[in-house]
Amino acid sequence: MSTPKEPQYRKRVGYQAVLLGGFSTLATALLVAGNIATKDDIMARQKEDLLRSLNQVVPTEYYDSDLLDQPLSIPDNKGDNLTVYRGLQGMQVNALAWEVVGKGYAGDIRLIMGINAKGEVLGVRVLSHAETPGLGDKIEVAKDDWILGFNDHSLDNTSNQQWRVKKDGGKFDQFSGATITPRAIVTAVHDGLVFFQQHTDELLRPPVINSDDEPLQRASLSE
Amino acid sequence: MSSDYRRITKDGLWDNNIVFAQALGLCPLLAVTGTATNGLGMGLATTVVMVASGLLISLLRGIITPQVRIPVFVLIIAVLVTLVDMSMNAWVHDLHKVLGLFIPLIVTNCAILGRAESFASRNTVVKSMYDGLMMGIGFTFAMVLLGAAREILGSGTLFNNAAQLLGSWAHFIEITLIDDYKGFLLIILPPGGFLVMGFILAMKRLLDRKMAEREQKATEASAELQPESS
Repeated sequence: MSTPKEPQYRKRVGYQAVLLGGFSTLATALLVAGNIATKDDIMARQKEDLLRSLNQVVPTEYYDSDLLDQPLSIPDNKGDNLTVYRGLQGMQVNALAWEVVGKGYAGDIRLIMGINAKGEVLGVRVLSHAETPGLGDKIEVAKDDWILGFNDHSLDNTSNQQWRVKKDGGKFDQFSGATITPRAIVTAVHDGLVFFQQHTDELLRPPVINSDDEPLQRASLSE
Repeated sequence: MSSDYRRITKDGLWDNNIVFAQALGLCPLLAVTGTATNGLGMGLATTVVMVASGLLISLLRGIITPQVRIPVFVLIIAVLVTLVDMSMNAWVHDLHKVLGLFIPLIVTNCAILGRAESFASRNTVVKSMYDGLMMGIGFTFAMVLLGAAREILGSGTLFNNAAQLLGSWAHFIEITLIDDYKGFLLIILPPGGFLVMGFILAMKRLLDRKMAEREQKATEASAELQPESS
């Protein structure tokens, strides 16, 4: 570039245009190649991640099927589609897990919750959040075991009045200095249980297994 | 020749440090230096990209004309970062989960474009890569320093979660300095990044001035000595 005498053709607009166009084409080709090379691996990794987070809220002894197999898609009260993963034991739906969202102090808190067929919470975990470090981040199981306090609670054994933080007259602890974060999670988990109550039949109906499809699906999953 | 490399080393690490002298790359700097570990992760990822962009841009410096150099450099850096991001996601997924947040942010680091423009486009391949390495190490040093200062003041720990980044052997550098510390929220939030950065910049200036004074005294002393000895 700082060569003393520059050849004449390099000053032409055409050379510049071809240069820029050439680099853009090359960049696109590289990105396409990169995408093709990594796509399948990234998908597989994401599936592993999903299964790992599902296994945190649904213990493996609750099912003998593939959790990721045939997820249900049901619209929730706000009209968004919820993806519900089901764990089967034999032909019975024995455990369910889906994502819920709480409105935290700093944006959405994404949670995954698992329940058994009786509507009792098996586990709740935070998938992502932007709460204040040191105050609101006690919702992470790695930092505090507060989130384990939801285990075994259901709408039957805990009244609507009790599904609140202690400050609001409920039975769940808040953190010193942070009430909004735990309040958001308690509300989100409660909403999740209400969703289960409203859609119990639909959620617990065993999946219809088409005898033609079934072996095919199993085969493709075991690949 | 070797004095060239000494110059590059000194520039990258101190005299022309990306953060402390050029004040570039402040976007990733303020965003991720809440802890020393995050600073280290971001610094290392940036170093890799700087060395690679130094290599590519110095290789291509013969065919890129000055008129279109900036879009071409931006394109090269963006492709490089995206490829690094994709391949880490696919093949070193655990590391990607820790660093993944930082990698797209590297594109916003104008220091990389700055070095491509002011160094790699006018120097040989080896020199450019060496410059990228030194600038990257200087950047990492600045990120870790700032992250450590903010982490100590803000949460009372040092290198928290380092084992996630470096592997389980790194548990021993995770230190809780102040037990039962209530935290200093302002320092952890982005404004705290500016505050701490300001203090560090002031300290660097002070150090530089002290060093210059000492040097001046040394030359004055030798100048006074000379007439006597002659």
